[in-house]
Amino acid sequence: MFDLEPTEEQQLMVQTARELAKNEMDPKAHDADEAAALPAEFLKRSWELGLACAAIPEQYNGAAMERSAVTGALILEELGAGDLAMALAMLAPAGVAYPVLDFGTEAQKEHYLRACTGNEFPQLTAALMEPDYDFDPTALRTTAKKHGAGYVLTGKKCLVPNGAAAETYLVYARLEGAAEGFDGVAAFFVPKGTAGLTVGEKEKNMGVHALDSVSLTLANVSVSPDARLGGEGPIDFERIMSYARVALCALALGVARRSYEFSVEYAKERKTWGQPIATRQSVAFTIADMRMELDAARLLVWEAAWRLDRGESATKESYVTKMIVDEMVLKVTDEAVMIMGGHGFIRENPVERWLRNARGFAAFEGLALV
Amino acid sequence: MINFQHHEMLTNLANAVEQIAKDHMRPFTREVDEKEHSNPDQYVKTMYEVLKMTGGAMSSPVMGAKQEGEKKRRTGNVTSVCFVEKLAWGDCGMYLATPMPLLGGAAVGAAGTPEQKAHFLKRFQEGEPKWAAMAITEPGSGSDSGSIQTTAVLEGDEWVLNGEKIFVTAGKRSVEESEGFVVVWATVDRKAGRAGIKPFLVDHHTPGMTVTKLEKKHGIRCSDTAVIVFENCRIPKDYLLGSAEVKPSASAAGFKGAMATFDATRPPVAASAVGVGRAALEYTRDYLAERGVTPRYGINRNKLTSTEKELMRMEAKVKASWLLTLKAAWMADIGEPNNLEASECKCLAGRDMVWVCQKAVELLGPEGYSRRHLVEKWMRDSKIGDIYEGTQNIQKLVVARRIFGYSREQLA
Repeated sequence: MFDLEPTEEQQLMVQTARELAKNEMDPKAHDADEAAALPAEFLKRSWELGLACAAIPEQYNGAAMERSAVTGALILEELGAGDLAMALAMLAPAGVAYPVLDFGTEAQKEHYLRACTGNEFPQLTAALMEPDYDFDPTALRTTAKKHGAGYVLTGKKCLVPNGAAAETYLVYARLEGAAEGFDGVAAFFVPKGTAGLTVGEKEKNMGVHALDSVSLTLANVSVSPDARLGGEGPIDFERIMSYARVALCALALGVARRSYEFSVEYAKERKTWGQPIATRQSVAFTIADMRMELDAARLLVWEAAWRLDRGESATKESYVTKMIVDEMVLKVTDEAVMIMGGHGFIRENPVERWLRNARGFAAFEGLALV
Repeated sequence: MINFQHHEMLTNLANAVEQIAKDHMRPFTREVDEKEHSNPDQYVKTMYEVLKMTGGAMSSPVMGAKQEGEKKRRTGNVTSVCFVEKLAWGDCGMYLATPMPLLGGAAVGAAGTPEQKAHFLKRFQEGEPKWAAMAITEPGSGSDSGSIQTTAVLEGDEWVLNGEKIFVTAGKRSVEESEGFVVVWATVDRKAGRAGIKPFLVDHHTPGMTVTKLEKKHGIRCSDTAVIVFENCRIPKDYLLGSAEVKPSASAAGFKGAMATFDATRPPVAASAVGVGRAALEYTRDYLAERGVTPRYGINRNKLTSTEKELMRMEAKVKASWLLTLKAAWMADIGEPNNLEASECKCLAGRDMVWVCQKAVELLGPEGYSRRHLVEKWMRDSKIGDIYEGTQNIQKLVVARRIFGYSREQLA
């Protein structure tokens, strides 16, 4: 039966995420952005809450929460409302853990899932995006060529979250000779220090300054046969991308919601000619629009997530949803800047950061997973 | 638990409604558009039999929408929007000509006494097809319904109505062409402002009530939009809906109570807009697919053609409006206040389904402009969704007042 009420368990996790966002992320986001570094101990502290990889089963010492994209979407909205850079950093290990959970060999599960259930923040991250205007997950330019029993990887990657500190990268590549499409994509574990792998400087992006993201260059990087995710069998890369789109959309909902809430408060306080600007239709209607588009987008995200939880394909749904959500978050954050007028352009006010962060979603693919 | 799957019974019923739309609406959809105000007889007869057979199951959800204090989980509002969406997908004008109590019935359902319900609603279970209408708008009073000029004066055991009502959907069918009724909003005390405005039940063919004009419209041409004039129109004293007491305008509880009907009726109106949007989307998708254009989901967005992108946006917007509509209806079902959500879904669906239908015409190129295809008709039909039951701007006003907790005086 049609229902939009999260379960009690989901509400508890949302509450945990909301408190983290309110206490550890939002108040520290400005300084972190200016310093282009995460707050000290942030990864450690957020990791201890167990929000990022909660669905790892008990046999790997995990919290064994139900694997649910809906739950993930609920949590990620809260984290996105806290701070996008911090959220992407704390979620980076999930970009490895969940594909391993879904498609990994037993040995890979033992190794990587256990690494994601310890007390220490795991230095694992995924490398999917490539530095091209037409970067396309179905037409990756990074290739994997069969060489003896193993593979040789060649290509470039960008926006690899936590990339400098990471010790192992899960690198996505198109199998040589495979046609374009989701099917010809495989993923390989590449430890830092592997010959031919160059980790670039920390990237300087328009937004998400605090995120330690890097580019990677792979020049004939040889990996062993057991470095391939899932062994010789195929992975469902199409599905991984659907999870990733839901995750990014949920984060975008959070960024938009925070901007909306901030605008509501500001419009009630800021007065012109003796009246709060919220009493002016031009401002009030803009804020009503923000709310309406946010509420509608959230349902699209939940619906795509719900499809994934039912085991259905959500390729179409997550794709068109991301198209709408990317536009929505840009519009909402842009309006938030406009409502503040000149103040909105000043970096002391968070709306300008939210606008810079929001623009990233149109480019981001596969930076987080639920 | 978050779940987008409807109950199996509802899914089956909705499929049955869609079959009616396919068999009894679509074959006549162009004809009733070209011949304005003609009656879709086959649809009306079929639908009335269905409604009678199902005990009015398809009309009661809206009618019973605002019953308070029920602990049991109701599904009436979700059911209602599901049916309306299907019928509007068939033909929005014909849907508005469905022989059921519609808005008038919603008002009786929400505020009527048991006697009023028995007298005015029971008739929809028997005999020939009937309609019911709601008459609020006047030449000088639109969304500012507090400025209504039509008067109701109590003389002995009768109310005497005088005034002119416009934009009465199904007005002629309700009061002249069938044994239906109309809910007429009139003031019992002009000085009292909104507090003096009351809804009155006027039976079909009541002397002093005349349909003077049927509007010629941009779309939904099958629906009759009537001007009704009341000249010393006398109705029994107990045909007043709700309390006769004129409360101080600060509380205006009676007016607000009646206006709350809109929280139940805005989602169905949003649903009707979505139905039209979905029709245009599906037609466009099929048309393009037949010509080898199929959207490529999953690739880099910069590689998509503009046609693919627009089609995908249409898909997302139709679904977004639909889900928001379901949410507002679901909230009503679980007894949550849904004033904001009801206006949100109406605002979004009204606005975006116009966009979707305009895009459909654009994507079909010169073919889209031709009356050989239905997309131009859906574009005309869609525009009313952006207007009636409160325009887009009025909905924004409601949403904004809710967000800020402002009264209508604070945010006008």
